Amino acid sequence: MATVFIPSLMRTLSGGKDRVEIEGATVRQIVKNLDEMFPGIQNRLMENGRLKPIFSVAVDGEVSQLGALEKVREDSEVHFLNAIAGG
Amino acid sequence: MTTRQGTDSNVVLVNQEFDVVGTRPIRHDGADKVTGRARYGADFQTADLLYGKVLRSPHAHARIKSIDTSRAEALEGVRAVATSSDFPNTYAERTSRRYQSNNILAGDKALYVGHAIAAVAAVNDHVAEEAIALIEVDYEVLPPVTSAPQGMAPNATVLHEEMRTDESGTQGTEPSNVATHLQQVLGDIDEGFRDANFIIEKDFDTATVHQGYIEPQNSAAFWNNDGRVHVWTSTQGAFPVRTSLSQILAIPVSKIRVTPMEIGGGFGGKIPIYLEPVAAVLSKKTGRPVKMQMSRKEVFEGTGPTPGSHIKIKMGATRDGKIVAAQAHMAYEAGAFPGSPVAAGATGIFACYNIPNVLIDGYDVVVNKPKTAAYRAPGATNAGFAAETVVDMLAEKVGMDPLDFRMLNSSREGTRRADGTPFGVVGSTEVLDAMKSHPHYTSRLEGPYRGRGVAIGFWRNIGWKSACSISVNHDGTINLLSGSTDIGGTRASVAMQAAEVLCIPAEDVNPTVVDTDSIGYTELTGGSRTTFSTGWAAHEAAIDVVNEMIRRAAMMWDIEPENIEFVKGVFRSKSDPELSMTFKELARNSRDTGGGIVGQSSVDPKGVGVSFAGAIADVEVDPETGKVTVLRFTCVQDVGKAVHPSYVEGQMQGGSVQGIGWGINEEYYMNPEGGMDNFTLLDYRMPTSLDLPMIDTVIVEVANPGHPYGVRGVGEASIISPPAAIANAIYDAMGVRMENLPMNPPAVLAALGNGNSGS
Repeated sequence: MATVFIPSLMRTLSGGKDRVEIEGATVRQIVKNLDEMFPGIQNRLMENGRLKPIFSVAVDGEVSQLGALEKVREDSEVHFLNAIAGG
Repeated sequence: MTTRQGTDSNVVLVNQEFDVVGTRPIRHDGADKVTGRARYGADFQTADLLYGKVLRSPHAHARIKSIDTSRAEALEGVRAVATSSDFPNTYAERTSRRYQSNNILAGDKALYVGHAIAAVAAVNDHVAEEAIALIEVDYEVLPPVTSAPQGMAPNATVLHEEMRTDESGTQGTEPSNVATHLQQVLGDIDEGFRDANFIIEKDFDTATVHQGYIEPQNSAAFWNNDGRVHVWTSTQGAFPVRTSLSQILAIPVSKIRVTPMEIGGGFGGKIPIYLEPVAAVLSKKTGRPVKMQMSRKEVFEGTGPTPGSHIKIKMGATRDGKIVAAQAHMAYEAGAFPGSPVAAGATGIFACYNIPNVLIDGYDVVVNKPKTAAYRAPGATNAGFAAETVVDMLAEKVGMDPLDFRMLNSSREGTRRADGTPFGVVGSTEVLDAMKSHPHYTSRLEGPYRGRGVAIGFWRNIGWKSACSISVNHDGTINLLSGSTDIGGTRASVAMQAAEVLCIPAEDVNPTVVDTDSIGYTELTGGSRTTFSTGWAAHEAAIDVVNEMIRRAAMMWDIEPENIEFVKGVFRSKSDPELSMTFKELARNSRDTGGGIVGQSSVDPKGVGVSFAGAIADVEVDPETGKVTVLRFTCVQDVGKAVHPSYVEGQMQGGSVQGIGWGINEEYYMNPEGGMDNFTLLDYRMPTSLDLPMIDTVIVEVANPGHPYGVRGVGEASIISPPAAIANAIYDAMGVRMENLPMNPPAVLAALGNGNSGS
């Protein structure tokens, strides 16, 4: 199962847990399953089936441009980050 | 990877040799640039052209009670007047869209001095200027918020009544100037400080500064009778301009064509749009093309600078020199609308180090200043100044050489940043090694009031989407089309990556930057991405060409394509040595084998390589005037692979110079009413070549395994460390710690008067 790191300001929803192991072949499935474990977290992360623009997701250390559609492996690490760009 | 001394004296590591990548051909656009033939936005001319001007707010914060444009409209030669009511209001539920639109032309409030209120199109500039003076605006002046701490204070004047603080996807209940509170946590910060033998805590303030590009913003637009809009503009990204125009004007992207003109500098400041939608609506109203250009005052007051900030740092280290805890409170000014680069600043502030316990709180705070824009490693220079000053203080407390201290704590492959993500292959320790062994660092610095300082910085870089198209000419040269604005020599660096695949000289590539109708979607030139991503697209398009040429050769030789290989510029049969043709020979036969040969690509690559850069600065401080003179400066950066080393050196030097200017001179000098007093380049003091020594560069190449040629982005990291390196050099010279940017003569004199030892 993938290891998902819970953003610190969402840990009120996870009972303080900073990471959980969870099933899911894509980020979208991960978030859906995460929401079953910690109700409300999906609404915090996503809108209209996409990650909210304030977030990006990194899978195995790589920030994804596919967002919710990004593939996740059994042994992947998933981090939800604040979206940033450059100049 | 091999590690050895390179052929150039400043290349300390070389991963792999290529035929074209890594050489220094003459830039393809050089002749046009030096002869003045290159066409910039200001050069745009067409028949029936009208000229637009913008009326701007004299108040930092005011409610707009009414706008009377009748006298302006009645002036002879005026063809149209526009206000925000000319933009379709289709974004009631999308606050961010409304903010974007209201920054172009103010809605019910003016939120900074220079905020665009209305615009005029007239037969010439003079009439347009006269007309905007005839527009009457009834303002209710409100108290301004001029800094992040002021905006965060209880009972602060609120800029946007509807704004609530977002904390990772949940909103607060009360109106606030804090648009976003973000947080990054690693380990246990309290435990970390309990383990520390030395703890340093310090507050820093940095001023608002501007990117300082030489060419002011400009735009021309023609709204045709068929509903299609054509825009010519100086921009870092034609496609993002098209997207923004589509959102503001509420028309589909298929109706918009954006032609990027040559660009006279951007550094992040030419990512947002300002004049484009205004010129478009004025054109729609008049049925004629409209051209607009900003003055320098408008550039300073009406476009996005980089934010001022207040940063509080607390770091702890053990007696043997290990940093065990780091905490930061970062409040960044967003300007009038949300969107400061505080997230980028937070991501980078401690990223140079392997620290087990970290807590970072970041705040994006709206204030009555121009909406901030990106500026070369946005958010990171503010953060680097604060963090690297405290790291220097810790090194002194521990009693270690500042570079040895940094090396002991350096991030490496596998180190987790505060956002939790681990580093891949990085060149952080190689950069520190190169700094430590550099003759600049090993030389003695002599003389009174002189000091040496070092600092390092981290930038994440980005990838994102790029497209490329190649057509092969009959003479064996190629035309290469891309949608990436060429700011720093990327025509060449992109062309060279295609040339490498095709085994042709860089000079045989004719690279052209084209409009949004002529190439696939391509993101902006920014985030140090173009040589990485568009270069990758060129590489892929060239492979597409090779595959097509193999198919042509197979047709000519009546064999299977799988039986043909392309080696060192020659297509040849794997089984029959008699069957071979050079790239040029096969290109010459394209007419008889099916017509023109083209290759295309559209990529969204992973494998972005982060970059570390370090600075060594020698300064001399005049104790009577407080003036800081930079005597010697060296920039060391891991670039992955320098595709065109001369341009890489140029990026490193340019970033260093901007960092030096940010460090010792540049600031928006704000008056009590919230206006900027130094809105000319005489008074906004950017360093010139007369103010600076030669900027020495050391290119470190630790290949990025995620790119075909090992490329990392190189455009930004070099700006991060100069202010901190200079601050640490001032401390070495005078024994005082600088806490604010800029470190200009009054600030240095004040620090000397205070005798601020900082510890």
